[in-house]
Amino acid sequence: MEYKVKIDIFEGPMDLLLHLIEKAEIDIYDIPISLITEQFLEYLQKMEDLNLEITSDFLVMAATLLEIKSKMLLPQKTKTDDSEGDNEEIDPRAELVKRLIEYKKYKSAAEKLREMESIQSKVFYKPKEDIVDTFNENLEIENMNISDLLKALNNIIKKRSREGKILDIKEIQREEYTLEKCISNIKNRLKKENKIFFSDLLKEDSTRMEIITYFLSILELMNMKYISVVQEKDFSDLIIIKRQKEE
Amino acid sequence: MDKRELKAIIEALLFTWGDPLELKDIASILEITEEEVKELLDEMISEFDYNRRGIRIMKINKSYQLSTRPEHYEWIKKLSNPTYTKSLSNAALETLSIIAYRQPIIKSEIEAIRGVKCDKAIETLLERGLITELGRLEKVGRPILYGTTDLFLKTFGLESLDQLPPIEEFNNNLDNLELEK
Repeated sequence: MEYKVKIDIFEGPMDLLLHLIEKAEIDIYDIPISLITEQFLEYLQKMEDLNLEITSDFLVMAATLLEIKSKMLLPQKTKTDDSEGDNEEIDPRAELVKRLIEYKKYKSAAEKLREMESIQSKVFYKPKEDIVDTFNENLEIENMNISDLLKALNNIIKKRSREGKILDIKEIQREEYTLEKCISNIKNRLKKENKIFFSDLLKEDSTRMEIITYFLSILELMNMKYISVVQEKDFSDLIIIKRQKEE
Repeated sequence: MDKRELKAIIEALLFTWGDPLELKDIASILEITEEEVKELLDEMISEFDYNRRGIRIMKINKSYQLSTRPEHYEWIKKLSNPTYTKSLSNAALETLSIIAYRQPIIKSEIEAIRGVKCDKAIETLLERGLITELGRLEKVGRPILYGTTDLFLKTFGLESLDQLPPIEEFNNNLDNLELEK
């Protein structure tokens, strides 16, 4: 059985480290590294006891702390490289301290932002208005028939180009391709032949809508394991093969 | 047209639009220059404040918007029960503050400062529209550069990025980086 226990949650190893340093009231420039390392590891242990996931970031930090700790135990090495000039002593903690200070800056800035956000959240705005021109008369579109529309369209076309031919449109068939219809078409074809080409499904004047719907049908049928599809090379025709029913 | 009439029209435009309205849009409607509009708006902002009006004009970069004043929240709240929106998590806010001060910035730089992965936080901030992709850094992997949006300014009540509290302010008594034995 797992128990859920509340412990301080930190945003990451940097956050935890800062907390430990602040709690111990120590100078950030002179961190007692072995004490802090010990407390850091203790916290990780606590997390582990509580079945909390310890992310790799914490482990990397633990390793860094241990590395610094071991370097501190060694006699301070002075740079022997002459090209570097002065024999400056390098504190093994320097890099970490720099990072901590950098992090602390943004953490404080984040707290300030939180304050600013809470002030600003107490402000209300007005939704945008729909601008309606009430003086515009409503267009009368009742009592119109297809020949009125055709006349209107022809008038527009005539106006736009003087040489424009008068369109002779009688009726436009609304074509609809539903997935169900296409799937049943494919199934019917496959009853007669075991193998068909994708291009066979389409007519020369097939609309984009029709092509897409057929293509979707094929995907659907593949998913249903009704067919399998092969292609000889890139961009060649799709070959649709009816699959044998699996036992 | 006299100044008073122009100001009245600007107020009407801001009221109707509701959303932040850009300086250049107001200028093109009134057929005057952006500088003239800006001057009028600056005057209006101080007049609204001076007369203790319940509505103020907020400036967000080059846009203006009407809003109530935060100090009246307690009164406005009495109109109905306020719904609470979730404020940002600490992780998201830390990430946001790094992006705000260091933009344009790539994810790995943010992670180097925070010492943790930031994917989740960046995702939240993008979703909320507080940050945006500014482009890509021309180096290996072409990482995405992030920066803050106008919505960020509005959410935190800032006119522009220069109004962010100077980052060095948060560096109190830590400014001596000299590490000596």
